[in-house]
Amino acid sequence: MTDTSAHSTAGAAPSPAAPSAKAAGEKTAYLDVRDLKVHFPTDDGLVKAVDGLTFKLERGKTIGIVGESGSGKSVTSQGILGLHRRTRARASGQIWLDGEDLMTVSDERMRELRGNKMAMIFQDPLSALHPYYTIGSQIVEAIRVHHSDTSKSAAKARAVDLLGLVGIPNPTRRVDQYPHEFSGGMRQRAMIAMSLANDPSLLIADEPTTALDVTVQAQILDLMRKLQQEFGSAIIMITHDLGVVAEMANDILVMYGGKAVEYGPVNDVFYRPEHPYAWGLLSSMPRLDRVRSARLNPVPGNPPSLINIPPGCAFHPRCRYAAEVAGDACRTQVPDLLGTGPDHVVRCHLAQSRRAELFAADVKPLL
Amino acid sequence: MTTDTTPAASTNPASAAVGRAGTHDSIEPLLRVTGLTKHFPQFRQTLVKRPDNPVRAVDGVSFHVNRGETLGLVGESGCGKSTAGRTLLRLLEPTAGTIEFQGRDITHVSGDDLRVLRREMQMIFQDPYGSLNPRQTIGSIIAAPFDIQRITPEGGTRKTVQELMARVGLNPEHYNRYPHEFSGGQRQRIGVARAIALQPKLIVCDEPVSALDVSIQAQVVNLLEDIQQEQNLAYVFIAHDLSVVRHIADRVVVMYLGKIMEEADRDELYESPRHPYTHALLSAVPVPDPDKSQRKARILLKGDLPSPQNPPSGCVFRTRCPKAQDRCAAEVPEPIELTPGHRVACHFPEERAVL
Repeated sequence: MTDTSAHSTAGAAPSPAAPSAKAAGEKTAYLDVRDLKVHFPTDDGLVKAVDGLTFKLERGKTIGIVGESGSGKSVTSQGILGLHRRTRARASGQIWLDGEDLMTVSDERMRELRGNKMAMIFQDPLSALHPYYTIGSQIVEAIRVHHSDTSKSAAKARAVDLLGLVGIPNPTRRVDQYPHEFSGGMRQRAMIAMSLANDPSLLIADEPTTALDVTVQAQILDLMRKLQQEFGSAIIMITHDLGVVAEMANDILVMYGGKAVEYGPVNDVFYRPEHPYAWGLLSSMPRLDRVRSARLNPVPGNPPSLINIPPGCAFHPRCRYAAEVAGDACRTQVPDLLGTGPDHVVRCHLAQSRRAELFAADVKPLL
Repeated sequence: MTTDTTPAASTNPASAAVGRAGTHDSIEPLLRVTGLTKHFPQFRQTLVKRPDNPVRAVDGVSFHVNRGETLGLVGESGCGKSTAGRTLLRLLEPTAGTIEFQGRDITHVSGDDLRVLRREMQMIFQDPYGSLNPRQTIGSIIAAPFDIQRITPEGGTRKTVQELMARVGLNPEHYNRYPHEFSGGQRQRIGVARAIALQPKLIVCDEPVSALDVSIQAQVVNLLEDIQQEQNLAYVFIAHDLSVVRHIADRVVVMYLGKIMEEADRDELYESPRHPYTHALLSAVPVPDPDKSQRKARILLKGDLPSPQNPPSGCVFRTRCPKAQDRCAAEVPEPIELTPGHRVACHFPEERAVL
């Protein structure tokens, strides 16, 4: 690991001044992820699950990370929580949270932060909740781990409040029930209640509504929005559902083969997408609000295997514009993430003017 | 010379004439189910096993499927759409009601008759990992329908299977490979090849694209549509994804707690839904369009799905319905035909644009 910033003192309170590793005068975001890499050595080769990811997130804002299975979205969230420590995974880069680099803090400090300052909402609440303990005792544990001076009865009262806050009817009775006694939507609410137990300022939601029905999904998204307004948390929303991010996110980061291929404000990515993969995703989806052309326009081929990411641009085997680029650039060189507008970056070899032409001619009519 | 037609190639010319146009009642439908009911018995395990209220998975459902059309069956988990699909194929025994296929009552067909009937009606499953035997090669999986029906297709089984593989976009040289060597989208293509092997007239597709990545879903949807046009197939397309159903279906049936809430032609259902449940369902879907999704008025339903073991009296939706009144608890709403083909089971239907 080639981390140059050895300044961070483990366990100490974050210094009010901007950390020395950051460029002087630069305003630092609440969460600032820089060149995050998570690689897994396996018998079949190195799996580059996340390969150089950079993004920023302010309090009260939501970033949507979208991508297909195997694009590295979930590993990103696990990397931020430091869940790859003490495993064979190789993580590098910087994760600045409120002035602290999470990559360099001690394990002890990381334990203090997890579930306290930052919390996770998992996709499958049935496997994330312990079947042998009541919902209440699991929330009480989450509170008392970080606040050992809180009495059991006070923690339980707080658990009842939290269950009420997330809209579980009759929380005084529900708090003593087991996960199997809850429906899918109620379990996800209980998970959200648990993640809110210590008022985290960063909430990572990994496919929080994928296992739920649409009417329940609408309830949960509504709840998350209200809680964000109330507590000003920063939310990382990881999903494959472009509808969910359109509704929830301020910024969108599109991942493909472990890298960001496009990153920008939600309106830019939806109305002026620049990467051919984003074009493919947006134009292949059937729409609820209108009838599309007789046939859908699929992205050809399959998502890449992370063990064998295509050289050059990972998307080139599925990209119908790869032949347009002079030489073999798409096949041999990884394109850089370059700015195309304020806060809008794209990883593509096509010239920006050409992308605009192609978008207007080929893609816009399909959207 | 005159007996040269393979059983596979004999598509009914009469059925081919009926296009995908919305035909309502003039022509005899391919499939008609009337009052279809499937209850799963439950038992309380005390000292002695005692019968409990059954789970009313499907409770008196009637609809029809025309030749060559796609009927979308939508609803949330637990609404009975999968059970309805399996029961109409006779994979589950109906508790009550009748199933007519091509004018013939097949509710109680059994034995060899049932096996032969299955040439005409097939199924595509949701999970491309669970629905293929991992120990069988792709070739033998796709050939299984021929073995079971004791048919040798013209040109030999192997040649026909390879043609099927090419038809669904698989490389015929992969005949001897195993399911684990294929991606999710390719496995679903294997499931499609197996379902169309006997040239059936009806395929029940149970969430066929839900397990696939977004960029792969469109590939499989297009394949299903192409095959439908070539073979004049009818689909019962079971899905919870209302956007996919809007694209593929000709008519749509909305189910809730084992009953049909609303049934209409596709555009009619999406553009002027009448049932409060359809309103809530459509308004809940997030649209991939930031401006629209922020403007969209969302109808949030309260609470959870009631237990299908103890469904509410009267209208089953009344416990979550924003418009429920006393009458809804007392009287079961019968489906009313508001305009031709548009049936709603509600005491207080209301036209409302939610999209």
